[in-house]
Amino acid sequence: MYYFDHAASTPPHEDVIRTMAEVMAKHYANPSSLHRSGHEAGHLLERARAVIGAAFGVTEPKEWLFTSGGTESNNLAIIGAARAYSKRGKHIITTAIEHPSVYDTCLALEREGFHITILPVNEQGVVSVEALEQALTDETILVSIMHVNNETGAIQSIRRIGELLKQRRTTVFHVDGVQSVGKVPIDLQSSGIDLFSASAHKVNGPRGVGLLYIRDGIMLEPLYHGGSQERGQRPGTENVAGIVAAAKAFRLALESQAERAERMYALRERLLACIAEIPELVLNGSTNHAGIAAPNIVNFSYPGMKPEVIVHMLEKHKISASTKSACSSKSDDPSRVLLAMGASRERAASGIRISFGDEHGAAELEWLCRMLRMVVQKLKPLERKE
Amino acid sequence: MNPDMILIRFGEYTIKGKNRGMFEKRMLQHVKRAVHSYKNVQVQHTYGRIYLELNGEPYGEIAERLKDIFGISSFSPIMRTVSDLEEIRRTAVEVMRSLPKPPATFKVVVKRVDKKFPHDTQELNHLVGGHVLRAFPELKVNVREPEVELRIEIQPEGTYVFSDIVPAAGGYPYGTNGKAVLLLSGGIDSPVAGYLAMRQGLELEAVHFHSYPFTSEKAKEKVIDLVRRLSHYSGVAIKLHLVSFTEIQTALAQSGHDSLIITLMRRSMLRIAQQIAEKTDALGIVSGDSLGQVASQTLGSMNVIGRTTDLPLLRPLLTMDKNEIIRIARQIDTFDTSILPYEDCCTLFVPRSPSTNPKLALVEQCEEAITNLQEMIAEAVATTEVMRISPEKPVVAQTAGEDHWF
Repeated sequence: MYYFDHAASTPPHEDVIRTMAEVMAKHYANPSSLHRSGHEAGHLLERARAVIGAAFGVTEPKEWLFTSGGTESNNLAIIGAARAYSKRGKHIITTAIEHPSVYDTCLALEREGFHITILPVNEQGVVSVEALEQALTDETILVSIMHVNNETGAIQSIRRIGELLKQRRTTVFHVDGVQSVGKVPIDLQSSGIDLFSASAHKVNGPRGVGLLYIRDGIMLEPLYHGGSQERGQRPGTENVAGIVAAAKAFRLALESQAERAERMYALRERLLACIAEIPELVLNGSTNHAGIAAPNIVNFSYPGMKPEVIVHMLEKHKISASTKSACSSKSDDPSRVLLAMGASRERAASGIRISFGDEHGAAELEWLCRMLRMVVQKLKPLERKE
Repeated sequence: MNPDMILIRFGEYTIKGKNRGMFEKRMLQHVKRAVHSYKNVQVQHTYGRIYLELNGEPYGEIAERLKDIFGISSFSPIMRTVSDLEEIRRTAVEVMRSLPKPPATFKVVVKRVDKKFPHDTQELNHLVGGHVLRAFPELKVNVREPEVELRIEIQPEGTYVFSDIVPAAGGYPYGTNGKAVLLLSGGIDSPVAGYLAMRQGLELEAVHFHSYPFTSEKAKEKVIDLVRRLSHYSGVAIKLHLVSFTEIQTALAQSGHDSLIITLMRRSMLRIAQQIAEKTDALGIVSGDSLGQVASQTLGSMNVIGRTTDLPLLRPLLTMDKNEIIRIARQIDTFDTSILPYEDCCTLFVPRSPSTNPKLALVEQCEEAITNLQEMIAEAVATTEVMRISPEKPVVAQTAGEDHWF
């Protein structure tokens, strides 16, 4: 099995599974209970929070909130900040390439009466800082921009944007970091990030656990009601075993980020060379590396070929890949992200995403390249000519 | 810019003739302990000042530590250069550029110790001042009230340039003014009182009363966290005496004088604190009382309560406004812990209308009616649990569960 869909979800680390099983068996008490077992469960949560606070550099444990995943973190960040600061203004800025949990959330707020500006991206899928600067008004309360795009791996200029927004005290800066954790360096402080979302199952952690960094002093209106857990900002009995296991997964991912990036950039280089040798395939995104493209994601199109066909054929040869992002791969529509990068409808509807994991090396890449060449060769006669 | 050196100035105690040597020795110990983990830092002690040679160690982190050391009144980052006009000018501009906020006015203060330097003080004033003015077109000279003094000291071994003066905690080095016990409830006030007492040079041992099972384990953890925070400022471990007050408190609660219960409790607490003080050679009791704040802190209550001890009762917050206390609590980072909502024994069994002006005779009568009160107090002192708490002592959240889970 060659699993090249790590951007969708990752196999949990064996230590993560063991932690989860052990904590689950031993610490089932409710952290809000007054008895000792309850306290112990509560202490585990706080230790997990401290581990997260340290793993992300100079952040305080109390600045981290546990959620059910990236989607909830993004919803809470955006809706929570929009509602908390709506008295200051009603203008929100985001981009055309956000994950649906950001994009659709902003559109939902538009129906509530907020004004949304959606910034375009260039051919490489990167938002221009100048365009953002021009879009800012006195009414802008929130800017939400992803760190690494989930379909193409394009890295946004989070640091420059953060420096720009730092000068404006009335604008909250949210970054969806679900795809960047453990892949590219993150510096929440120097990038002036106020809110940062992450998801455990993208870093070999358990499903059902997300993180939201909330800079000290930033206020959010809670989405849920019904308890004082997570300081009242996210009520509901905490997923203790999942959270402890997630803390481990995040720590491991962050500690090995530099080494992983170096290893995966080499794999990416190899795959880009392979794609360049197959004339039917076009790369979506940049051929450059550092600063523009994440190490673990490659997106290409076979214009004129339904991407599902390629995915199914690769699957026959034990390779798992994705069309668009996993969340929207069941519809036939062209990718909103690729369209925003200026791709034709045909090209935007035929994107294939390969995303690497820690188990991949040169051998796996060779197999993938061989199978790609073979699949394209077999499909060539079936190309749909417009 | 990472400065070459830090100049540390001492606080008010430098005027105390005879004890000065002892103060300075203690000060030097505290500074050395604070920079201990920075291996390249060299500490030099001259009369009335300490210099740190950074040798490349990070100024920002070290400055953060120095700010919290009692006895340091202020410090300055210093650049060192060769005694050459062009180098001095260049360094002067660099020092001005590194100020946290660009000043509107400045003046140059030159001290020429090395008389072999070719330019005299007057000339240097102009030569350096003019150069700085050309580099910062917005900047003006103001000799009387400059925002910033750019100081240049020409010494035989080189020239020192500095301007930023960073205020530090002030006060006396920890432990140079004797030892007292601190009544630590876990609220907002008592940690602030402890901090202020320590800043005045008092060594402290903390005393906390709990009424398990009426109070929870969390209340105890909270107090441990507060002592840990205080030990950051002392620089050394602080002892925490945990006194079980349950038996006494329930006896007092059943004495039938609801309005006096707080008065009675406080008196018993003071007796226990006094006995602990005697055992630990402490010569005073520090409390977070602030005049009029609650019923037990009216002058009438203080009179009746305070009579139970012969030791000096030190009340650093006595005349302080609550907002001022909260401001300090936030500054020393005890506030967030203090407001955690766990019941402590001072909030337990609180009557609806506590007496603000208890009668001493009546209070003494009540105490006599509880025949075994003295034994219970002796028992409470004897069964006190003592913990040593230092900044390195891990918080519960750091030791929860199994290490391999994290």
